Amino acid sequence: MKAKVNGLERELADGSTVATVLALLDAPASGVAVALDGEVVPRAAWGTTSVPEGSAVEVLTAVQGG
Amino acid sequence: MDDPLVIAGREFGSRLIMGTGGAANLSVLERALVASGTELTTVAMRRLDSSGGGVLDLLGRLGVTALPNTAGCRTAAEAVLTARLAREALGTDWVKLEVVADDQTLLPDPVELLDAAEKLVDDGFVVLPYTSDDPVLALRLEQLGCAAVMPLGSPIGTGLGIRNPHNIELIVSRASVPVILDAGVGTASDAALAMELGCSAVLLATAVTRAQDPERMAAAMRAGVEAGRLARLAGRIPKRFWAHASSPAMG
Repeated sequence: MKAKVNGLERELADGSTVATVLALLDAPASGVAVALDGEVVPRAAWGTTSVPEGSAVEVLTAVQGG
Repeated sequence: MDDPLVIAGREFGSRLIMGTGGAANLSVLERALVASGTELTTVAMRRLDSSGGGVLDLLGRLGVTALPNTAGCRTAAEAVLTARLAREALGTDWVKLEVVADDQTLLPDPVELLDAAEKLVDDGFVVLPYTSDDPVLALRLEQLGCAAVMPLGSPIGTGLGIRNPHNIELIVSRASVPVILDAGVGTASDAALAMELGCSAVLLATAVTRAQDPERMAAAMRAGVEAGRLARLAGRIPKRFWAHASSPAMG
């Protein structure tokens, strides 16, 4: 199935969760946050929140700015 | 602490809040942050990729508190989502709220700003809004429950200093939350002026990070903020039209 991850369309295995996507991105253990279709997914729910076909996942972190 | 800056009940020994944007690399940034003496420093939230990391580690190592911002947001909805993501990523409910209208001016969009501020205050955030130097808007933001108001001196990154000092004084005179001069500072005298006008703190980035010698400029800003604060507390003499001799006229 396909989903948009940080603006790029990616092929994901069926049953992928937010945690699967983070592993795919090699995300660090801390300092990141995830929005699924515009809603924040709390860290505690990453492993249980599935990523639906055609959804948009945004993975953010802090960078230099302001 | 002798004369701490207090925001939402939290004390800071330094009245200089730094930004991390614009530094050539993390090592330059580190030296500048140390020289500035800052205890609170902004970071932006962006999509995770392989580059641009490390700023949180740096702030953690220096013992500087990270203040996430909503830079780049154009609508209240974007800013609220960014703040919530920052809270999740950084474990802080403090946010520098920025909702700008366009790329040319980067001026705050007051309508979206008020909307976002209200939603974030309701959601339990400590909201520090970047606002125009409009005394009416500043008061409205305070009434909504913002923990400080942060009027610009001039547009972000211009280094044009404080274009309307009277407006900053008006904002200070009516505020009961800290007023933090945010944006437009070009050099140390601008930072000193902000404090002389009664601001509680100064937030700046570009003036230091893009200076020829960021570390030295950071030290200059620190001294400027301290000098301006002392002068404000000391109470300046009134301005006079005619000379007034400082030596005795008699004898």
